[in-house]
Amino acid sequence: MSLQQKIQQIITDPTLSAKQKSSYLALEADASLPYLPVSQVVREAMDSGILCDMFEGNAPFKPRYVLPDYAKFLKQGSEYLELQAAENLDEALNALTIIYHHVPSVTNIPVYLGQLDQVLMPYTAGLDEETIYQKIKLFWIMLDRTLPDAFMHVNIGPTDNIICRTILRVDAELKQVAPNLTFMYDPEITPEDLLQQAAANICECSKPHIANYPMHAQSYDQQGFGIVSCYNSLPLAGGANTLVRLNLKETALRADSSEDFFSRTLPHYCSLMYELIEARSQFLHEQSHFFDSFLVKEGLIEESRFAPMFGIYGMAEAVNILLNKTDLTDIPLNNSKSQYGHCEAANLLGHQISEALDRIVKSTAVTYGYHGRALLHSQGGISLDEDVTPGVRIPYGTEPDPVAHIQALAKHHQYYTSGISEILTIDETVKSNPLAMYQLCKGALNLGFREFSANVASNDLIRVTGYMIKLSDIERFKEQGSRTNTTGLGAEAAANTSILNRKPRVASHEQSPRYVR
Amino acid sequence: MPDSKASISKIINFSCVDGPGSRLVIFLQGCNYNCLNCHNPQTIDLCDNCGDCISSCPAQALSWADDSASNNNIANTVVWDADLCTQCDTCLQVCPKQSTPKTYHYSVAEMLQLIRKNSLFINGITVSGGEATLQLNFIKSLFEAVKTAPDLQHLTCMVDSNGSLSETGWQKLMPFIDGAMIDLKAWQQATHLWITGRDHHRVFRSLALLAAEHKLYEVRLLHIPGKTDFEGEIEALADYLQQLPAAVRIKLNAFQNHGVTTEAKNWNSCTEQDINRLAAQLTDRGVKSLFLPAVYI
Repeated sequence: MSLQQKIQQIITDPTLSAKQKSSYLALEADASLPYLPVSQVVREAMDSGILCDMFEGNAPFKPRYVLPDYAKFLKQGSEYLELQAAENLDEALNALTIIYHHVPSVTNIPVYLGQLDQVLMPYTAGLDEETIYQKIKLFWIMLDRTLPDAFMHVNIGPTDNIICRTILRVDAELKQVAPNLTFMYDPEITPEDLLQQAAANICECSKPHIANYPMHAQSYDQQGFGIVSCYNSLPLAGGANTLVRLNLKETALRADSSEDFFSRTLPHYCSLMYELIEARSQFLHEQSHFFDSFLVKEGLIEESRFAPMFGIYGMAEAVNILLNKTDLTDIPLNNSKSQYGHCEAANLLGHQISEALDRIVKSTAVTYGYHGRALLHSQGGISLDEDVTPGVRIPYGTEPDPVAHIQALAKHHQYYTSGISEILTIDETVKSNPLAMYQLCKGALNLGFREFSANVASNDLIRVTGYMIKLSDIERFKEQGSRTNTTGLGAEAAANTSILNRKPRVASHEQSPRYVR
Repeated sequence: MPDSKASISKIINFSCVDGPGSRLVIFLQGCNYNCLNCHNPQTIDLCDNCGDCISSCPAQALSWADDSASNNNIANTVVWDADLCTQCDTCLQVCPKQSTPKTYHYSVAEMLQLIRKNSLFINGITVSGGEATLQLNFIKSLFEAVKTAPDLQHLTCMVDSNGSLSETGWQKLMPFIDGAMIDLKAWQQATHLWITGRDHHRVFRSLALLAAEHKLYEVRLLHIPGKTDFEGEIEALADYLQQLPAAVRIKLNAFQNHGVTTEAKNWNSCTEQDINRLAAQLTDRGVKSLFLPAVYI
């Protein structure tokens, strides 16, 4: 299809709003530029689906994820935005509402809204619980209606405070798609009844996700980190300049044996990953002028705190393919019990692959990285993926029970500094027994999960990777379009992948990066 | 610790409906009731090793035990390979006793190993069935071991039972259990006899005994509209339930006909509406702490 035809199609699409059309048109404009200069081998690896740049655009002019220091912003005000320092909760919420519209990301909607309890607590003096509740509730409704993208992520915890409790209360009450919510849990700091409240919220609306705070914190320095988009953990006052991902399934298909995979194919495609990462991040840092932004000038972000995310996906298929090439199990390979997620030998091979990736990522220097390095990421898939499972997850529909599921994957989590997530589907009987959810969560974090995410089967809100969609919206979307950007992704994902086959229904997606009719 | 192994039909690592919090549930094979409405009839009788199922298995997961093994007794035993099994259930259809060759055999030590593996994720252990108390020695030894192991004693130990165990039997378990969930399958003796094949004299004795010992966690009423007599006997039932200690949960369960092999296959399933009607009648008569099903499937 010619560029003009494509533009015509977007413009006349009956299901998109004017704003959504503008954003797809911008993507087409970017895509019409020639690609950044990369070698022929990298080009071929991209064309054959081994490497993927997540359709971030041919000439990146904004980082993928940006995590401004909102506490600093409220404290100092902003010259660029002509705002005084906030002095009360109303001013703080108003200032945040303003700055969110000036924080770019790959989706043009901010993916990080801040560690909101820490950010807002200094402005709560003298306010009673009910007043705070009213203000947070209106703020929450505003977020969902003006920035309707479920990648947009709020963080709360690990301390117990009135803002944290109020956000949990409002979120369970409104059951909105946006914003996404992560609760930080630290066994040393967080009271158990607060974690129980968070677990009860999951039973209500499949939110929040529970982050293993000490595990994330030790990966980053004193300045801290944030959880953004779908469980990406990144430096605060920094972010991700780009995300490039490696398809492990395709990589495994090109290996003769698992030995060959470790010694030849994996290192080879990793080196191509680095060439692509360099090309993309160099353009952003050196030619796009993004880092001339007021966010940098006013000290809300620092260029040195941006890192490339080294994403991987298709671990399950890679392991099963390699098992077929090097028979490591006693069970016949056509039996589902010999497969990834179900068999010790298969799981072990998976852990070895993650360990090998970790070694490569920790020892390979990049020009624009966090302490000179990229950050390993278990990538949650995009809606165009077919026959390949996100990250290191167990294929949809074949997952074992939640406990066996966690046990099979826990060992991966130590390696994925910039984020990893499994979506555990829990049947709806848990709704009348939130203690069970709480215990499962504690067990997962104890065993080394970085992030615990559960989806309760009967909830209308379901998770498509890091973001949420309303099941009832998916049906409506095809005919009428949707106010939220992510429902479209969910519908596309539901059609292309088998996410609704998941036991019972879950999905995993990070991004639907381009217009598909 | 006895060496003998328990016969187990299934183990669930994570259940939300078998007691407080998250539970590892052990379903023991064998039952002394023969309920018309049983939806797992293959768990009633023990396998008698007739071997009729062996040739029917399309995955070759069933075989005779190896003759060369030193123990002569096992030569005539049907062995099930869980790894090879595809759960097609052909063997269940073939079995002349409506039993199953698909059972696991665990010693107490082996079961403790499994519990340790899962202990981070659970609040406790529940034994269910079949009728768990038919393998009384095993469950007593298991719970005793759990309650005396420093790393496991925080786990609650629960029994899900039809209430047919004798008083002496309960007394053996009492020191090691935190609670029991007891089915009351019908109010009138005749109805109970018709549905289960057994009288319910012992059920009421079990309920009274457990209540007196503060170990009655839950009474379960399986409602089969038009078949069970809870609605017809609502006054007497409500009166009885109110006299139980206030902490006892009254759980209403809704009959579903899948898996059922008797005439009860044609009985109507119990709907949410049916349950709500029964619940309202109990509430009107002052019964508290009622728990209704989370799902109707």
